[in-house]
Amino acid sequence: MVPVLVFAAISLVTLGGAIAVVTNKNILHSAYFLVLAFVGVASVYVLLEAPFIAVIQVLIYIGAIAILIIFAIMLTRRLMSKDMEERNQQWIWAALGALLLFGVLGWLVYNANWPVIEAAVPKEPITLMGEELLSTYVVPFEIASVLLLAALVGSILIGREKDQESRSAE
Amino acid sequence: MKEFFFNITWIIPVFPFLAFLIIILFTQGNKKLSHSLSIGSMVLSWLVGWGVVFSAIATPHLGEHPIHKSIPWFETGTTTFDIGYWIDPLMAIALFMVPFVCLMIFIYSVGYMGYGTDEVDPHYSRFFGYIALFATGMLGLVISENLLTLFMSWEIMGLCSYLLIGFWFEKNYADPNKITPRQAGLKAFLVTKIGDIFLVLGIIYLYSQAGTLSYADTLFNHEFLAHLAETPALPIFGGWSAASAIALLIFGGAVGKSAQFPLHVWLPDAMEGPTPVSALIHAATMVSAGVFLVARIFPLLNIVVELEQHNPTMGLIAFIGAFTAIFASIIALSQNDIKGVLAFSTISQLGYMIAALGIGAYVAATFHLITHAFFKALLFMGSGSVIIGTHHTQDMMQLGGLRKKMPKTFWTFLAGGLALSGFPLITAGFWSKDEILAHAWEEFMHYGTASWPFFVWLLLTIAAFLTAFYTARQISLTFLGKPRSDHAEHAHETPNTMTLPLIMLAFFAITLGWVGIPEEIVGQGNNWFHAFVGHEYDPTPLSIPVMLLSSGLAVGGLGLGWLVYGRKPLEAGQMDPLQKGMEKVRLGWLYKAMQKRFYFDEIYKAIFINGSIKLADIFYNFDYNWVINPIVNGVGAVTRGISNIFNKFDDKAIDGLVNFTGLSSVKLSELGGITDLKVVDGIVNGIADVTGWIGENVFRPIQTGKVQNYLLILLISMLAIIGIYLVY
Amino acid sequence: MSIPLSWFLVLAAALFSIGLYGVLSRRNAIGILMGIELMLNAVNINLVAFWRYIDPVKMTGQIFALFVFTVAAAEVAVGLALVIAIYRNRDTVVVEEIDLLKE
Repeated sequence: MVPVLVFAAISLVTLGGAIAVVTNKNILHSAYFLVLAFVGVASVYVLLEAPFIAVIQVLIYIGAIAILIIFAIMLTRRLMSKDMEERNQQWIWAALGALLLFGVLGWLVYNANWPVIEAAVPKEPITLMGEELLSTYVVPFEIASVLLLAALVGSILIGREKDQESRSAE
Repeated sequence: MKEFFFNITWIIPVFPFLAFLIIILFTQGNKKLSHSLSIGSMVLSWLVGWGVVFSAIATPHLGEHPIHKSIPWFETGTTTFDIGYWIDPLMAIALFMVPFVCLMIFIYSVGYMGYGTDEVDPHYSRFFGYIALFATGMLGLVISENLLTLFMSWEIMGLCSYLLIGFWFEKNYADPNKITPRQAGLKAFLVTKIGDIFLVLGIIYLYSQAGTLSYADTLFNHEFLAHLAETPALPIFGGWSAASAIALLIFGGAVGKSAQFPLHVWLPDAMEGPTPVSALIHAATMVSAGVFLVARIFPLLNIVVELEQHNPTMGLIAFIGAFTAIFASIIALSQNDIKGVLAFSTISQLGYMIAALGIGAYVAATFHLITHAFFKALLFMGSGSVIIGTHHTQDMMQLGGLRKKMPKTFWTFLAGGLALSGFPLITAGFWSKDEILAHAWEEFMHYGTASWPFFVWLLLTIAAFLTAFYTARQISLTFLGKPRSDHAEHAHETPNTMTLPLIMLAFFAITLGWVGIPEEIVGQGNNWFHAFVGHEYDPTPLSIPVMLLSSGLAVGGLGLGWLVYGRKPLEAGQMDPLQKGMEKVRLGWLYKAMQKRFYFDEIYKAIFINGSIKLADIFYNFDYNWVINPIVNGVGAVTRGISNIFNKFDDKAIDGLVNFTGLSSVKLSELGGITDLKVVDGIVNGIADVTGWIGENVFRPIQTGKVQNYLLILLISMLAIIGIYLVY
Repeated sequence: MSIPLSWFLVLAAALFSIGLYGVLSRRNAIGILMGIELMLNAVNINLVAFWRYIDPVKMTGQIFALFVFTVAAAEVAVGLALVIAIYRNRDTVVVEEIDLLKE
């Protein structure tokens, strides 16, 4: 009974936060609810006995991505005035499409035969993960670093001020 | 009854934390509700806290058998970290002081932030939320059962310090050299962060040796401590033992948080925050956390001494403490801002406590920590009362004559000032300061003049004299004589919410010292404080010469200060006599240096900040002008050169061929063109017209250019495909 | 294990759909990015749920989730840089006004 209640509470928080994100007129409030949704997802990971992923979720999503989003909102603040409509003209179709998608996915989930097994979580998950990352999955690991480097260089190049040329003249 | 209090110790920091959450999330609009929640939570914490304290006092042998309880919090790998509470004499003594002083300051803040007047602070509720969060941090630190939760509480307090110093973040000054509250908050946070790095390193080092961070298994586990003292430290520490190295690193955190040299620069600028903040954080509690931390790890320091080894860390601690004590008291002589004198006084007194711990005077340092908190908070709150009463005048050169106009403030400030100077017998400051000096004297007699205790004793003695002098200076300039400005002329006493806490703190400033009077005076076994806190350490023997000396210093310093500043009080516009005197003996430059706090801020700025900017410039130039760009441009130039060659080839040779082919084709096509024009074109134009019509009226409206439309169509198509797939 | 796997998958599906609605209907470019983040979180919930219920012995599911985190972070950084660059250029973050693809 208790796990069910906990799951229900966490789902409520997560989905409630998510709905608030996509429907709120004030984009900064949307960002705050996004943080709430992330917290909910982190709790889901804890429920799934993956505490490491939960901590990573908090660190990366809340600590980096959400902060980045809030920064970007504050840098582009001027234009979204308070009484601007935040839904575009196809929102009804979008809602119907999303609902339909959810229906299809839900139907799929219930009618599939998932090969569930009752096994226990490994004793030292982090050690195991570290070993696997550096042996079996070392190639994706290295490529991920290159990806991050590319993203780093790319975002700096895209986002910088255009008057760099005048600085080099000094 | 005792068991009841011990079992609910954990709830002490929870009350203010709940108050913080509720105020910040829900009641920011309602001033009365906010301050009631804040003060109410503090009353609860105070009551439970004193319940625990008195239960602890009534528990025999608490020092040998501390009471603690913890629950597992999270595990990583093979370790489980706990969260819990730890009750021992040090904690009980701190718990006596912290909630009570916090409560006094919370009540005082109601008046200071202008509740009920026209000048009430617009962010009144947010202030009460922040100070509640701060109380959470400090109380959490005091009851903490392991170094991890101690560190978390430490960081919470660091955050609150930033938030509260920069509370009036909208304030800007015309003079660009005057630091704004925003900048002061950042400065405090960053400078203490430097100390925190060392603290973290120390904690990690300890964890790597112990596998756990709880006090029970590390700091209070004798075998483990002995093992640490035997183990050599990492090579970077030379030949030190691991215990000394860890203690040194953890001490680094205390240097930052307690504003010791060289990380003292943030505290004077922290006076930009509201005065209750200065009283709470920068006098009574947060800065004491550094001293509390060193007292907590005292077993780590003591074990090395016990095993008769040389403990270099303690020497360093003693040096930094004593040096800070005298250095800050010299600067305090020349400060004109009423809060500035108190800020440097705090730094100096913290130096006393740190120096005491450095020479092994654990009981004396703890005693002074508690008494200092009371009278320093009192002094800051008194200065806040002066500031409010004189419409925000902080420059002492503009005050004067407030004795008649603000009597309650005057008498309580006098009590605090006498305690700070160590006025003999009747003030708390006397007994605690005297114990430190007596201990230093005893060690100095034991080891002779070429030792740390001598150095410490000498510097602390001189600093004691200076402390009394600048205190008399402050009291004389502020309260005696005639008012030197209009604001001082029209000063008025402040409301009861501000003066009542002053009176209550003054009571403790006078009486608290009596619990620690040495045995020789009150009878064997009646030095209650020593018996409770320092059961395993030998009591410092009473030294009549030292007691006479410290009395003499206090009275002498106060008297000299009164002679210079009080007997013939300054008129408006007159120069400070100290400044005049120093200028007469060609030491005017020294006075200026003292006023400018010995230029530490300027030195740090030149070395670290300008240095970093220069370094960044070098890297920028490396990237843009000197190396990387020229290489890239060079490669580009070479490539362009090569393609030019191919271009020329293309122009001459290929084009000739192409042109010839073109001419023949033209002739052929002229023949076909006639056919084309007549027949083919007719068909083609027809098709083109139809296509154009379809494109214009069917396809163009679909390409709105809005990605979201495209995505929607994608979604619907995908769902359609899935639907078809599922059905068939 | 008292919560069946399908519950987690439905939660993820719901989160995904909500994120999708956000992507398709928000006018502010940053709002769309937030929708994308919700979708990626839903994917991660799926991965970790599958890891827990179908093969907890090897850490493959968690490692995959880790890579999704990495990619999401990289994508947000570049995406926001783009938004800011566009904002500087065209003075708007409303995607309906950025319709250069229009014929």
